[in-house]
Amino acid sequence: MSEITIEKIDENRWMIPPVGGMRVPGIIYSSDTMIGGIGSDESPKQVANVAHLPGIVKYSMAMPDMHWGYGFPIGGVAAFDLQEGVISPGGVGYDINCGVRLMVSRLSYEDIRGRLHGLVASLFRAIPTGVGSKGSIRLTRNEEEKVLREGAGWAIKHGYGTDTDLRRTEDGGAMEGADPSCVSERALERGKQQLGTLGSGNHFLEIEVVEEIFDPVAAAALGLEVNQVAVAIHSGSRGFGYQVCDDYLVTMVKKSTALGFPLPDRQLACAYIASEQGKRYLSAMACAANYAWANRQMLMHLTQETFARALDMSPSQIGMRLVYDVCHNIAKIEEFVIDGKKKRVCVHRKGATRAFPPGHPSVPEEYRHVGQPVLIPGDMGTGSYVLVGTEKAFEETFGSTCHGAGRVMSRAQAKRVSRGRAIRREMEDRNVIVMATGKGTLHEEIPEAYKDLDAVVDVVHKAGLSRKVARLSSVGCIKG
Amino acid sequence: MIRYHIFDHTADLGLEIYGADAGELFSNAAYAVSDTITDIHAVRMKERRSISVEGSDWDDLIVNFLREILYLVNGEGLLLRECSIAEIDRDHVLGDVHGEFFDPSRHHINLEIKAVTYHQASVSKTREGWKGRVIFDV
Repeated sequence: MSEITIEKIDENRWMIPPVGGMRVPGIIYSSDTMIGGIGSDESPKQVANVAHLPGIVKYSMAMPDMHWGYGFPIGGVAAFDLQEGVISPGGVGYDINCGVRLMVSRLSYEDIRGRLHGLVASLFRAIPTGVGSKGSIRLTRNEEEKVLREGAGWAIKHGYGTDTDLRRTEDGGAMEGADPSCVSERALERGKQQLGTLGSGNHFLEIEVVEEIFDPVAAAALGLEVNQVAVAIHSGSRGFGYQVCDDYLVTMVKKSTALGFPLPDRQLACAYIASEQGKRYLSAMACAANYAWANRQMLMHLTQETFARALDMSPSQIGMRLVYDVCHNIAKIEEFVIDGKKKRVCVHRKGATRAFPPGHPSVPEEYRHVGQPVLIPGDMGTGSYVLVGTEKAFEETFGSTCHGAGRVMSRAQAKRVSRGRAIRREMEDRNVIVMATGKGTLHEEIPEAYKDLDAVVDVVHKAGLSRKVARLSSVGCIKG
Repeated sequence: MIRYHIFDHTADLGLEIYGADAGELFSNAAYAVSDTITDIHAVRMKERRSISVEGSDWDDLIVNFLREILYLVNGEGLLLRECSIAEIDRDHVLGDVHGEFFDPSRHHINLEIKAVTYHQASVSKTREGWKGRVIFDV
C-alpha cells in the first residue's frame, strides 16, 4: 500500500487521509511531544489497515498510548455497521476483557506504611501469579459453563462479593449473549483451573495511595480521598480467552477469501457481524469477557481476605469496596448518535477504555452525575489515574479513551537496557515494594519501557475524551 | 548453525528462525518457542506426541504449526525438547515432538507466550537456506 502521511488537525489530533483501499480516514490522538515516537513504528500503518475493513464507521482511531500491535494497533478504536460491517478477533485481542478493577479502603497510608513488606508478601503468597498458575478451585464442566454465562454474578452467588460490586462493574459483570456451545473443547479445558489467577507479563495487583485529587466533586462521588489506600488489579480472561481468540482467528483466516475483499494483514481476519460465524465469535467472546469478570471478582475477594489476615483487622475496619471495573480489550454493540441519527454499532476497543458521559444509563446510578469512572493503570511502580467519561468522547470516539501508558520499548530491548540492574531495589528506593514470579518480568517491565503516563492522560484530558479525577501512586506491586 | 534469534517488536516478541531446509526450519521454530519459554536443556525426552498440521501456504503453515506446539505447552503443560519433522510440504507438516510435562521443581518458565500471530508471519527461501519470521503475543 502507499506511504502513510500524517497531518496535524489540532493540538491533540492527527489525521491519516484515506489512500488506496482505506474506506475512512485514520485519527490519532497524541501531542507534539509524543507524535514523533509514534511515527517511528508501524502503528500508523496499522491504523490505516483497520480503515480498510468493510462497514467501518467514521474513522479508524488510535488513543495516545498507541503502539505497534498485531493487526489492530494497541490503543485502537473502530466501530462497524451491524449490517455491512465486520467483527475481528484480532481487533479485540487475545486477552479478551483484559481490564482493570479499582478498590478503595478506609485505611490511610500511615495505617499500612510500616507493614507494607509483610502485606505485599502475603498478597504474593495468596494470589496465584505467573504462567499457568492454578486457582484454588477446579471447575466442573457444568460450573464452568455457568461462569461463562453469568460472569462476576457467578462469583457473587458463591460468596465472593456483593451485588454492589456487580452494579459497579462494566456491563454488570456479565455480557449478554454468552453461549458456551460456541467455545472449543481446548478453551474449556484451559479455563477449568485458572479462575482467580492473576497471570503474567504486564498483569499486576498493586497497592496504591490516592496522591492528588483534580476534581473534588467527581472524587467525592467515587469515594476517593487523598492519602487513602487503594488496590488496582489488572488481569483478564487468562488461557481461556487466548484460546477463544486463537480458535476464531484460525477459522476466519481460512474463510478470508470468501469475504470479498483483500485483507491488508492476516491478523485482521474477520467475519461479517451479521454472519453465522460473526455471531458465534461474539457469543464466544462474551463467554471470555464473563470469565474475566468472574476472575477479577475472585481476585478482589482474595485481596480482601489477605488484607484482613496480614493486617490483623476485620473486613469492616479495612472497608475495602469496589470503585469500578473496566475492560480494555473488547468489542461491544452500543448505540450512538451518528450524523444526527441513533445507530447501533459494534465498537472494537483494543487497548482502549469505554468512557461514557454523565447521564448515560450504563453508568451506575451513584456515579451518573459525574460520568463513568475510567481506570488507567501506569507502568510498574508509577500508580494510576482515575478519570471520568465525557459527552465529547461519546460524540467523537464512540465513548472511548486511552487504557494505560503504552509500551515504547520491546521486552527484549527493556531486558537489554536493564541488564545487571537490581530492579527490585531500584523500586524500593522509590518506595515501591515489588514481587514477581517470572525471572525476567521485572526487567521487561521497567518504567522506561513505557510512555509517560502523565503525558498520555494529559492528551485525553485536553482532547476532552475524559476528565482527570485523581492520581494514585504505587506503594506495592505483585506481578506474574 | 544458529537456530533462531529474537527481534524487537514493541508490544510483543519476534522470532527469526533459520534452517537448511523446510523441515529443519520448522523443527528449529518449535525449538525456538520452547527455548524462549523455558530452559530447554532442563527438559527431558519422556513424552512423545505426533503432530499433523495443515495450512494454505508456507506462512499460514508455520503459524498453524506453532499454534499446535504452543497448545501442547499452554494447554497440556508439555514442554518440548526436540521436534523431528517426518514430512513437509507447503500445505502440510507431519512430525514428532519429544519432551516432558512441566515440573515446577525442575523447570522454570522464563516467559509466557500467549499466542502466535499471523501479523507479518513469513517463510522465505534464501541463498543461505530457509528463514521464517513470526510475531508472538506475550
